[in-house]
Amino acid sequence: MKKYFLSFLFVCYFYTSQHAQEIEKLALAIGQTAPDFNLKGVDGKLHSLSSIKNAKGYLVVFTCNHCPFSQAYEKRIIAIHQKFASKGVPVIAINPNDGEREPADNFENMIKRAKEQHYPFLYLLDADQRIAKAYGAKRTPHVFLLDANKKLIYTGAIDDNFEEPKEVKIKYLENAIKAYLAKQSINTPITKAIGCGIKWKKN
Amino acid sequence: MIKVKQLQSWKASVSDTLYIINFWATWCKPCVEEIPDLVKLSKNYSDPKIKIILVSNDFKKHIQSHLIPFVKANHIGSNVVFMDEPNPNDWIELIDPNWSGAIPATLFIKGNIGFSEFHEGVLTYQELEAILKKTRQ
Repeated sequence: MKKYFLSFLFVCYFYTSQHAQEIEKLALAIGQTAPDFNLKGVDGKLHSLSSIKNAKGYLVVFTCNHCPFSQAYEKRIIAIHQKFASKGVPVIAINPNDGEREPADNFENMIKRAKEQHYPFLYLLDADQRIAKAYGAKRTPHVFLLDANKKLIYTGAIDDNFEEPKEVKIKYLENAIKAYLAKQSINTPITKAIGCGIKWKKN
Repeated sequence: MIKVKQLQSWKASVSDTLYIINFWATWCKPCVEEIPDLVKLSKNYSDPKIKIILVSNDFKKHIQSHLIPFVKANHIGSNVVFMDEPNPNDWIELIDPNWSGAIPATLFIKGNIGFSEFHEGVLTYQELEAILKKTRQ
């Protein structure tokens, strides 16, 4: 009997680890449809992708208040929104961090940061971190460009120089948005960047 | 100061030295919390064949103000190098195709036995030790 129980435990363990791997794989791949959401913004209202009128695309940016890389890119994200929102591709910023682990990223501090920095875009809280997991976001900032049908067409970095905006040579994200709006194919749909690991809730 | 070439040479190592290459930054809280365990590991396994390398991803303008004081205060000068490349997209894939670029992250390489293991996120002392032991079997 004991033997059966042990093999049962083994099977359970096997399934759990396999399950974990499957969740990893569930991260959005290029061409897959991104899930919509209903998240609270710093304006106190709930927002979804579908509620954005006349969008030709969506630029979902996982970011936060405290991370130096997010801060380094903050002005560039604002500029991208100002450049492309009028062309139908607005930024939707989502903070995925657990406000208990990182108080600087709690909802009150989001409201503060958005006001101080005059965010022209939605800044939403992914309180249960389900959206970050569904998109496969791992760090801040981490960008996901979706087409009008919410299919992922670009993910990764914003450009090729995090520290010196003036020395940027390749604007990966802008190039992708421009190519999409011009109905051209996106040459580099996936890039990588250093960022702050998302502060997941501790179990 | 290191460049992509240095990462390539660690990746291509065929020696019997175990390289534990940790990507961190002074501004990254979980990274800073992990460093004492890496230091403890290097003390408990003081072996010239184990090299712990802490690759700083700090901003270049913060080397004097943040990185050097931290390195001095924690006596980790012999372990720390600075990643002197502006575009992480040029080298993240090289470390591991599955790495998102979130730090901390750690790569273990022991070339002579073809050992290579990569981990994104914090490792506990027990986890570090378990990986190290795998290279000694």
